[in-house]
Amino acid sequence: MARIEALTGDEVAAEAMRQINPDVVAAYPITPQTEIVQNFSQFVADGKVDTEMIRVESEHSAMSACVGAASAGARAMTATSANGLALMWEILYIAASYRLPIVMSVVNRALSGPINIHCDHSDSMGARDSGWIQIYSENCQEIYDNLIQAVKIGENKKLLLPVMVCFDGFIISHGTERVELLEDEVVRKFIGEFKPDYPLLDVDHPLTYGPLDLFDYYFEHKRQQIEAIDKAPDIIEQVGRDYGRISGRTYGLLEEFNLEKSDLVIIVTGSTAGTAKATILELKEQGIDVGILKIRVFRPFPYQQIKEALKGKVAVAVMDRSASFGALGGPIFTEVRSALYEEDKKPLVVNYIYGLGGRETTVEHIKKVAHDLLNIKKTGKVENLVNYLGVRE
Amino acid sequence: MKKVIEIRWHARAGQGAKTAALLLAGAALKEDKYIQGFPEYGPEREGAPIKAFTRISDVPILIHCDVANPDAVVVLDSTLLETANVTEGLPEEGILLVNTDEEPKKIRELLKLNHGKVYTVDATGISLEILGKNLPNMPMLGALIKAVPVLSLDTVLKGVREKFGKKFSSKIIDGNISAIKRAYEEVKSE
Repeated sequence: MARIEALTGDEVAAEAMRQINPDVVAAYPITPQTEIVQNFSQFVADGKVDTEMIRVESEHSAMSACVGAASAGARAMTATSANGLALMWEILYIAASYRLPIVMSVVNRALSGPINIHCDHSDSMGARDSGWIQIYSENCQEIYDNLIQAVKIGENKKLLLPVMVCFDGFIISHGTERVELLEDEVVRKFIGEFKPDYPLLDVDHPLTYGPLDLFDYYFEHKRQQIEAIDKAPDIIEQVGRDYGRISGRTYGLLEEFNLEKSDLVIIVTGSTAGTAKATILELKEQGIDVGILKIRVFRPFPYQQIKEALKGKVAVAVMDRSASFGALGGPIFTEVRSALYEEDKKPLVVNYIYGLGGRETTVEHIKKVAHDLLNIKKTGKVENLVNYLGVRE
Repeated sequence: MKKVIEIRWHARAGQGAKTAALLLAGAALKEDKYIQGFPEYGPEREGAPIKAFTRISDVPILIHCDVANPDAVVVLDSTLLETANVTEGLPEEGILLVNTDEEPKKIRELLKLNHGKVYTVDATGISLEILGKNLPNMPMLGALIKAVPVLSLDTVLKGVREKFGKKFSSKIIDGNISAIKRAYEEVKSE
């Protein structure tokens, strides 16, 4: 029987970790760390998990310890946020290139400076080329569901890739919501045991992790890594269907909401997807129909599925909660636009940068985007390709 | 009652508004509701004005932004009446509940408020008398559910016992329960 509880995003992430019962958790225990690690440490202290908890002196060391543990054959997890993720940078690439299925919660918060501790996606968006799979969560329930699926996705033998489960700082991490939790045994049966093919501690089959790899083979290894993450969409969808069987909640790469009803679409990810859905329901009562396409998985970027979903659409607004300085719009915008390039009949695409540093994004903001889309449809023109929602200028 | 009840809490950091906002949300699970409880984090220093929010609903809650048009506003510290815009977005039928020993009429005059319904309760007085310190959050919770019967008193008391049971002695819990009940009885309306 499923349990229903009131938990914050941080609490539910720790609860998922308790059920996953990883062999090793290495984490930096203070700011910008979140309560995830504090709550999980309590489980360790209370003997509720078998995990070896390693408290390290920096996030760089946290990820390094996870790399060491996962190479040895352990199921390793960690959690971080904002500048903590930035400090892991170097080792993120190493985790992915060694093909180590580490699972990490990333509480999305702004990167300084100026100093800011609130939500935006600039931390994980900056890590988009590190080789990690990135799954974004809309609410507390999705954090839980995504973390459990992430273990099974990353450890799939065709992938063997690390996975970030991202969710919005404060808005979700510190907000209490109703969540439905599975039984411990159901979770453990679903994720199964981690049996790595090439553990470093298998002394009968000695091998080397991380040797020098220059112009002779480095390129081939990168080519293989690209090949691996390109296989991820099918695996993520398969795991999403399997998870649906045990939980009643099925997941894909994208989520469509009212999409068939309209030729106008808002593309959004994270907690604002919820606000957008609520707004769309309100607009529906006034006879205005706009569809929502939520990006759940940003890496690998589901360009095929996005192309399919946007077939026949007239105007699309892409919402980015991060800036890519000097680029033509935010990271989601540039990739959505690129995905549509070969299409004969393309929708008009417009970008909204929003919510940087925790700037509140309201129903009124989403209504503005919806009305802009109506106007673009009417005039057939996009006035400003890149717009800034809720900023003073 | 409406499908979704939205509450905005105004307080100073350290007065327990976040605890109350989240506790009310958590207790509502016992009545099979959908919930949200979240604080607005500013600079983390005691005494700074803060807001917290609670949503209680019969249907799943999708929205993830602050409450703009609260069904009820709870003010834990009356010094905020003149500095924070506590009546912002308060609808025609909205409820304003203030921790003060003044009558509701006085608060209405002070705020030059022409709409809504004002409630007052001396949560600080109750807290000082029963708990020996100024912790107005639990009595304000008691007064709130009298003014806005979104949950039964019994449900809230059970929620308090569960939430505090792991952390505090039975003496402290019993004190808080008495403070909630007392405020529930003593809250004044116009």
